[in-house]
Amino acid sequence: MSEPLLAVSGLSKHYRRAGRTITALDGVSFQVNRAETFALVGPSGSGKSTVARLLLRLADADAGSIHFEGQDLMALRGEKLRAMRPRLQMVFQDPRSAFNPRATVGRVLDDPLRIHGLAGRDERPRAVETLLERVGLSPALTLRAIHEISGGQRQRVAIARAIATKPSLIVLDEALSALDVSVRADILDLLVSLQLDEGISYLFISHDLGVVARVAHRVAVMDAGAIAETGEARQIIAAPSSPIGKALVAAMPSLAQPVSKEAE
Amino acid sequence: MIALRRFLRTPEAVAGALILAALLAMALSAPWFFPRDPQSIAGPALLRPFQDWTLPLGTDRLGRDVMAGLFHGARASLAVGLAAAAGAILIGAVVGTLAGFAGGLLDEILMRITDAFQTVPGFLLALAFVSVAGPSLATVIVAITLGAWTGPARIARAEVLSIRERDYVAGARVIGMHPLEIAFREILPNALPPVLALSSVIVAAAILTEAALSFLGLGDPNRVTWGGMIAEGRAVLRSAPYLSIIPGVALVLTVLGVYLAGEGLVETSATRRMNA
Repeated sequence: MSEPLLAVSGLSKHYRRAGRTITALDGVSFQVNRAETFALVGPSGSGKSTVARLLLRLADADAGSIHFEGQDLMALRGEKLRAMRPRLQMVFQDPRSAFNPRATVGRVLDDPLRIHGLAGRDERPRAVETLLERVGLSPALTLRAIHEISGGQRQRVAIARAIATKPSLIVLDEALSALDVSVRADILDLLVSLQLDEGISYLFISHDLGVVARVAHRVAVMDAGAIAETGEARQIIAAPSSPIGKALVAAMPSLAQPVSKEAE
Repeated sequence: MIALRRFLRTPEAVAGALILAALLAMALSAPWFFPRDPQSIAGPALLRPFQDWTLPLGTDRLGRDVMAGLFHGARASLAVGLAAAAGAILIGAVVGTLAGFAGGLLDEILMRITDAFQTVPGFLLALAFVSVAGPSLATVIVAITLGAWTGPARIARAEVLSIRERDYVAGARVIGMHPLEIAFREILPNALPPVLALSSVIVAAAILTEAALSFLGLGDPNRVTWGGMIAEGRAVLRSAPYLSIIPGVALVLTVLGVYLAGEGLVETSATRRMNA
């Protein structure tokens, strides 16, 4: 089998606060293959978002290694790090805070193209419109301010920005939790179709196994900064082995088994 | 449009704006109404106000037109106030943004420099600078700026410290934006409103500092300034108090006008932000 797209091993992160050491991550290891959706699930405070921040190099790990596309990610700094950025992108949880409040939709999508020289000055407006169309938005939104469009539209813009640089991996950090249910289903469909077209891998971070069950190929269940179990999504949902996995499966809303009258 | 209407509904703000408009009109119209050098002799010495309608506010010890001095002095006050405030906010915003965004050693160095400037009283600093560099309008502006940029720098740094933790700054790093572009294009514009709120205080303080320097004889000797006129009148304070009172009142009204208009602007922008 070919080497995985992303290989994380022994990742640890501690925070020191008021003399006490808080362990956010303790020896987390997992792999993500090409064109795969790998989900990290777990209750809040289990360290999922810390994994995302370390992968994107928004914070530095205390121990462990991250290999992405064969490169040692943690060894990259400055210009080399910025040159790698196009390959690894992220979509944030809250579409209201993910963009500069003064920006327009057009500027948000133009920035990655300009920074990495992906299109000439004259071609960029056209490229921005193409990106908007790819995520199912009207090219007419280009001139709108970010605060003028809805949360669902903003999350589509966030996805458009993430795919602008043609990444091989996108980290989705609770990217659907701030959206209402109908919008969530549309965005999920969009993510799946982008994966089929472009072979993008997703690291899908969520506390909601119900959403994970719909998109993930493989799942890692996290608890208290460590991975409790890893496996095929179907297998974990059908028969979780760890206590936290069982608790998360039990919390899944199920349409197949309606709440009985006696239980009310 | 709505902001303008709200501004006009505040009586203090309107009063401030009217005073500033009058001051601006005086400064701009000075060369038309009083084309002669305001430092030239226009009539008999120590003519009292309202005696001669060609010299409505009278003349000083050397027979110079007080009204002409008042109009031309408005130019110096406005120029110094606006230029020094603009300089102070520009320097403060850049220093504060760099310190807050870079953190670590650069933050430490920049903030210790800010401390050093802040511990020296602004007026003493200006006094020392003008005595060394020589009195001219430009050195007076630089001198006042030197003492005024620390406040904006501290406020800008505090704002930047809170903004740099936001998701959109992380997002800018994720797309590979250069750190300098993040600092000055993503963070600084969003950190600016509270810094700009300081501007009316700085303009008012700068006008007063300029007047004080001129009063001490350290203003530009080739320009009429209100501070210089007050100093001139001091010699004849008992016999001709109007020579000190007239420019003094102009100074008080100007500072009051700047304050009121500035407060009004801050109020309206604050309510606008709350509504947004």
